[in-house]
Amino acid sequence: MTYHQAVHEVPILLENCEKPSEESGFDPTVGGLLPQTVLRKELMIPDVPERDVVKHFVNLSQMNFGVDNGLYPLGSCTMKYNPKICDEIVSWDTVADLHPLQDPSTIQGALRLMHELEKMLCEIGGVDAVTLQPAAGAHGEYTGIHLVKAYHEANGEIRREVILPDTAHGTNPASAAMVGYDVLDLPSKDGCVDVEALKSAVSGDTAAFMLTNPNTLGLFEKNVREIAGILHDAGALLYYDGANLNAIMGKTSPGKMDFDIVHFNLHKTFATPHGGGGPGAGPVGVKKKLEEFLPIPRIVESKGIYSLESNMPRSIGKVRAFFGNYAVLVRAYAYIRMQGGKGLVSVSENAVLNSNYLKERLKDDFELPFDNLRKHEFVLSGRLLKKNGLRTIDFAKRLLDYGFHAPTIYFPLIVDEAIMIEPTETESRQTLDLFVDACKSILKEDPELLHSAPHNTACRRIDEAKAARDMIFSWRTYEKKQESSRA
Amino acid sequence: MALSACSLEMLQYLKLKSVSELFVDIPKEVRIDGLRLPDGLSELELKRDLEALMSSNIPASSQPTFLGAGVYHHFIPAAVRAIVSRSEFLTSYTPYQPEISQGMLQSLFEYQSFMAELTGMDVVNSSMYDSSTALGEAVLMSHRISRGSRFLVSRATSPEKKLVAKTYARGADIAIDEVNYDPTTGLVDLSDLKVKMKDDVAGFYFENPNFFGPIESQAEEIRAVVGSKTLVAGVNPMSLALLRPPGEMGADIVIGDAQVFGTPMSLGGPMIGIFGCKSEHVRKMPGRLIGMTTDIEGRRAYCMTLQTREQHIRRSKATSNICTNEALLALAAAAYLALVGRNGLRKIAAKNVENMSSLSKRINGTKGFRAPHFKSAHFNEFVVSSDTDPEKIHRELLARGVHGGLVLDRMFPELKHASLYATTEMHTKADHDKLVTALGAIR
Repeated sequence: MTYHQAVHEVPILLENCEKPSEESGFDPTVGGLLPQTVLRKELMIPDVPERDVVKHFVNLSQMNFGVDNGLYPLGSCTMKYNPKICDEIVSWDTVADLHPLQDPSTIQGALRLMHELEKMLCEIGGVDAVTLQPAAGAHGEYTGIHLVKAYHEANGEIRREVILPDTAHGTNPASAAMVGYDVLDLPSKDGCVDVEALKSAVSGDTAAFMLTNPNTLGLFEKNVREIAGILHDAGALLYYDGANLNAIMGKTSPGKMDFDIVHFNLHKTFATPHGGGGPGAGPVGVKKKLEEFLPIPRIVESKGIYSLESNMPRSIGKVRAFFGNYAVLVRAYAYIRMQGGKGLVSVSENAVLNSNYLKERLKDDFELPFDNLRKHEFVLSGRLLKKNGLRTIDFAKRLLDYGFHAPTIYFPLIVDEAIMIEPTETESRQTLDLFVDACKSILKEDPELLHSAPHNTACRRIDEAKAARDMIFSWRTYEKKQESSRA
Repeated sequence: MALSACSLEMLQYLKLKSVSELFVDIPKEVRIDGLRLPDGLSELELKRDLEALMSSNIPASSQPTFLGAGVYHHFIPAAVRAIVSRSEFLTSYTPYQPEISQGMLQSLFEYQSFMAELTGMDVVNSSMYDSSTALGEAVLMSHRISRGSRFLVSRATSPEKKLVAKTYARGADIAIDEVNYDPTTGLVDLSDLKVKMKDDVAGFYFENPNFFGPIESQAEEIRAVVGSKTLVAGVNPMSLALLRPPGEMGADIVIGDAQVFGTPMSLGGPMIGIFGCKSEHVRKMPGRLIGMTTDIEGRRAYCMTLQTREQHIRRSKATSNICTNEALLALAAAAYLALVGRNGLRKIAAKNVENMSSLSKRINGTKGFRAPHFKSAHFNEFVVSSDTDPEKIHRELLARGVHGGLVLDRMFPELKHASLYATTEMHTKADHDKLVTALGAIR
């Protein structure tokens, strides 16, 4: 074990901020243009030399772990390596210095890129039309469920319920509820949708069924066509959560599986870096019958000229200002162009190969519910750790000491002490073997080492309950609390 | 597919002969045979191809552009890009494992701290997608706080934002009504607000400066009319370098876009939605919050907190579905503010006010144009009204190598022949000269 994360004492920038003094000669009214009554009295922002600001953030960065540092097998998050050329492209003036309200004649390249990206996503998703407007995966779901609502309303129907399996990502029920739907959780059977239970759950009140395939256990839902039939026969729509698309490109598509609506997570499958929590992008694709409901404006092409069309009376309107997360779209476009059709197919093949290899190598050391072929990810149970008074979280924290990011844990909810592993296609066999060695070695260690892990990271196990109790979300709150405790 | 030696070994380990055996669980009736997309490009080919494609765009850096309306062209110090390009930040996921993610967590805490300082609010979350979705979420949160079936929005709000707010409101069966602005000052029409502020109203949203540029001077009066209902204020955070913060005026929720702090315009995305509130409302708030705590050795540390509001715990009962946000841009904003510092920020803001004033005076002195249309103090944006059709002016300016302001006639028919112009510290005197000369040449 050789990993040691850097540890720096880095005070908060505001911490040593002296009471600010106005620079001599500065006039906050700007020569009387601003009346005194609208001006602020104080502003606490430190004046720090560039040299010290860079030191501050570079030292902080050394206390952070990204894909570029090492394996990041966070299940359902597809943390693959992101090619650097894509970051370079979005820094060009011709990409970065464009205003969204510019005349279309001055942004023809940008419009063409987005139009082509829509077409490429149509091909990958097996759908007829795509909107790039949603800013993230959950935002794509939210958009998709609005499309569901608009579709049924256009048919003169009020349907009140969205059904989803109990293995669904948490964003699915949250998105459906935000659009005003009641959410019905469907218990799984052998890790997959219980078709009989679905049949009895579906009614004239069912607006849509949300599913990701492969599902969050990494299992391919073989009955997907039958499931689609049940929903469509009842007049409901089928929604595809694209978080797990990395497993199936060129092998099948949501459209081929009869899904009506799909969102794509560009920051997962299409290699745009996740930036510590965002930005992402969550384009939504639909079958022909739903195209007229897509958000405005639509990008249209005629004789090689691209323009914006907002005259769509049945559109759901807008879900975000302007075009969406354009800089993310450009990165994804560049990635798809570099991979090409064949490249994307081998992305999925290698993602699935890596995942199954890792699963086979680890399954005897843990427990593998539903032993079968997996797609891009698999879920182990850490139940056996309990023998030594340990839990999955202790194992996960100990992995950090070996220089690996931890897998997703305690999800999906139907697996006891779940450990959800997604290695992605960009990791070499050597890296996977090192990860296996680390896992096996941890299981042999003194349980106390795990219980008190991590040891080699910038800080030790964190008191999360204290954070929720203290509710300190800013330096000013911290200072207020310090003052009141002194008083 | 050509398999590497390592892949072959892995297949052998799995006792499989070919990769296709990994996909036998996909039923035949749903299989497809590859993708009809062109072959891949090398990095060099891609770069050449995209350079050619992007060369048909005309960026604000090569043509004076006077557009604002929520997205602004500001200077970005080189050190901001150096900081956000650090791989450890750029390629990390949401900090689910806080012990190995302290760098991002502290940076986000610093962002929350700066935004709390600027807005005068106790709590600012670690970001939303943009201000339009932040407004949508604020409508929903106002409903959680104050109930009611309607929400009021000042008419002097960006049409883009209003459209997004309507989408969010529709999901919760909330109707959105507009409150008029005073045709002379452009500020909130208090008497109209009084009339519309009925019992079934959850809250009211207004901006400062508003969509047309005027700085709102009636904050206390607005607060009084809104009473116990939820008051949502929209800000351009750059203006808060000089202006009174909404927290001081009693706003319950504050939203805005921090794109002005270190993020390029990039055709309007990604942006970074600011979302702040009074601490009494924090459990009704959407989005991720970073909290200060300690590790088991008692050292200061940070983690995501109050996650029981969020979708991965609360599922359909969550305050929002938001998961991925705009964390990297929050880092950029924190780095930007630290780099320009208090006095630097105030100078930049003052330069914006100066530029607005001098440009509007010069336009006003041009035959056939009047600026600013509204009689109020402005920050960096203002309405120009004209004798000629603004669409015609727009086309003629473009032909002369200037991108004029946003034509308002279709969105605000009551403002006959009007456009919205923005100017920032990026514009030189030569840029202003070019615009004014071009306007003067239009017949």
